[in-house]
Amino acid sequence: MSHLIEIRDLTKIYAQGAEPVHALDGVSIDIDEGEFVAIMGASGSGKSTMLNILGCLDTPTGGSYRLDGLEVAARSRKELALIRNRKLGFVFQSFNLLPRTCAIEQVELPDLYMGRLSRRERRRRALKLLERVGLGGRGTHTPAQLSGGQQQRVAIARALMNEPPVLFADEPTGNLDTKASVEIMKLFTELSGEGITIVMVTHEDDIAGYAGRHLVMKDGKLVKDDRRVPRGGAA
Amino acid sequence: MVFKVAVLAILRNKTRSLLTCLGIIVGIAAVIAVLAIGKGASTMMLNEISSIGSNLVMVYPDRDRQGAVRTGMGSGQTMTAADAEAVKRELGHLVKYVSPAVNASTQLIRQNHNWNCRVSGVGCDMPEVRNWQVAEGRFFTEAEQRGYSRVCVIGATVKAKLFEGEEDPVGQVIRIGAMPFKVVGVLAAKGANGWGLDQDDLVMAPYTTVGRVLVRSKFKSINMMNVSLHDMKDLEEAKREITALLRQRHKLPGYQDDDFEMRDTTELMATMGSVYSLMTVLLTAVAAISLLVGGIGIMNIMLVSVTERIKEIGLRMAIGATPFMILSQFIIESVVLSTVGGAMGVAVGVAAAEVIGEINHWPITIEVASTVYAFLFSAFVGMFFGFYPAYRASKLNPIDCLRYE
Repeated sequence: MSHLIEIRDLTKIYAQGAEPVHALDGVSIDIDEGEFVAIMGASGSGKSTMLNILGCLDTPTGGSYRLDGLEVAARSRKELALIRNRKLGFVFQSFNLLPRTCAIEQVELPDLYMGRLSRRERRRRALKLLERVGLGGRGTHTPAQLSGGQQQRVAIARALMNEPPVLFADEPTGNLDTKASVEIMKLFTELSGEGITIVMVTHEDDIAGYAGRHLVMKDGKLVKDDRRVPRGGAA
Repeated sequence: MVFKVAVLAILRNKTRSLLTCLGIIVGIAAVIAVLAIGKGASTMMLNEISSIGSNLVMVYPDRDRQGAVRTGMGSGQTMTAADAEAVKRELGHLVKYVSPAVNASTQLIRQNHNWNCRVSGVGCDMPEVRNWQVAEGRFFTEAEQRGYSRVCVIGATVKAKLFEGEEDPVGQVIRIGAMPFKVVGVLAAKGANGWGLDQDDLVMAPYTTVGRVLVRSKFKSINMMNVSLHDMKDLEEAKREITALLRQRHKLPGYQDDDFEMRDTTELMATMGSVYSLMTVLLTAVAAISLLVGGIGIMNIMLVSVTERIKEIGLRMAIGATPFMILSQFIIESVVLSTVGGAMGVAVGVAAAEVIGEINHWPITIEVASTVYAFLFSAFVGMFFGFYPAYRASKLNPIDCLRYE
């Protein structure tokens, strides 16, 4: 009962064309608080579907999904939006920053939808988070003025704005060069060390190497679940 | 909070926002300018009417009949100067001024100049009754009127015809028909009236003098009387009282019709009013069409904006914007754009109206109510035309949006 994420016999069927496609075919996983999990698999293995459902962006066809003790498998769009806002942070491959908007406002955005903080507190927290991801002093830069690695840091700061227990990352280093990728993964490792749960989809083995647990998917099924010592674990 | 999000999104793309507003700006500005000019024009028309005279009732004797043939208005000889004096004396509580008029059309001669125009024998109250201003000299006095003095006041056109450019007509003598009259004043120009008649082409003299020396009516009949009331509210009562008084004075038995007729300016006002309401309907139609076009412009841009910002919508949903928040954001964006456009349109319209009025010397009347309505309507346009794009945005699926390329 103490698992942060608990999925049981999760299925997702797309009724496209003549034959329904089983993107997820009875997957059961438990993820505990503070774990750093990498979901791996070939293209079409169901790992993106998996992440979408875990991230409450999509609803499963069958099975159950408990997030932080709460059943979320069959919720309305509005309820899912509120859950995403309060409990989940997202980092995307293409950063998904708002164009022509300065870094501070990007980071503040999740709280604008939640409305938890006062204007001053919100600004202070955004500046603190930018500092935390190593972008202190770049708060007024727009995405066009930042490098790819810096943009991804802004996105991470934004994902942390509402203090979510879980961070979802979808190929977070897919658009970055090796140096920037290493920096982002070090940041993830640090965040993981602070107790934030991270679930990351990747197809690169060395990126997955930073995670303490590997889930490998194939044809909508979980085929491998092993724990190992992460690369940056000692750091 | 959603409001702030929407405003930030608008400010992020200033050029596009301004272009979106442009339709509304032009629409509202056109409405405001045209209404201001139209309202000014109708004020001008009302002034024209009141230049005929305020609170005026005109009483004419019945038309003369030569056998079965009726002749023109005021040609009868049943009304006399004594009638006019009686109206003034008996109905003082309703009537402010009574000015009888005796008209003659006569040759005017001065040295080697001559001219033919209307010579109006009127009362000394005429300036007040029919809104005449005296430009030079003075109007004739009651004493001169009682004393059958041969004095006259000439209109601006007559002055131009009888006198050389720099000459001062006041104190000069002109001949009206065979009789010499002294010019005591010149009337300020009124220009042509609404029907193109030159109102300045006349000479005014005391009705007593004109009646005796020019018309030489043995009945002392007058062509009409101008009755000026204290208050237009009393119009119906005044007409009743004048009718009763004149019937009594003319000793008309009950079975006989009135031997006089009355006219007032209310009919004219009503005609002008209907012209004005026709104009208002036309302007409203123009306004509605231009705002409709402006609104479609907003909807068009908002639809493009939803497609263009589809990844942004996906991201906003991913970080916790509910469908309602997305809907609100796009409606607020649209309403803010249209109201800002409306406010700018009001400013542009007011400025344009002032400039156009200045250039053409038209009176401009800007009504606060119409600008407020125009502004509120622009907000409504934003809401109405922003709804569909906003609804489409709120129905999008976050995964599809995030994956959209």
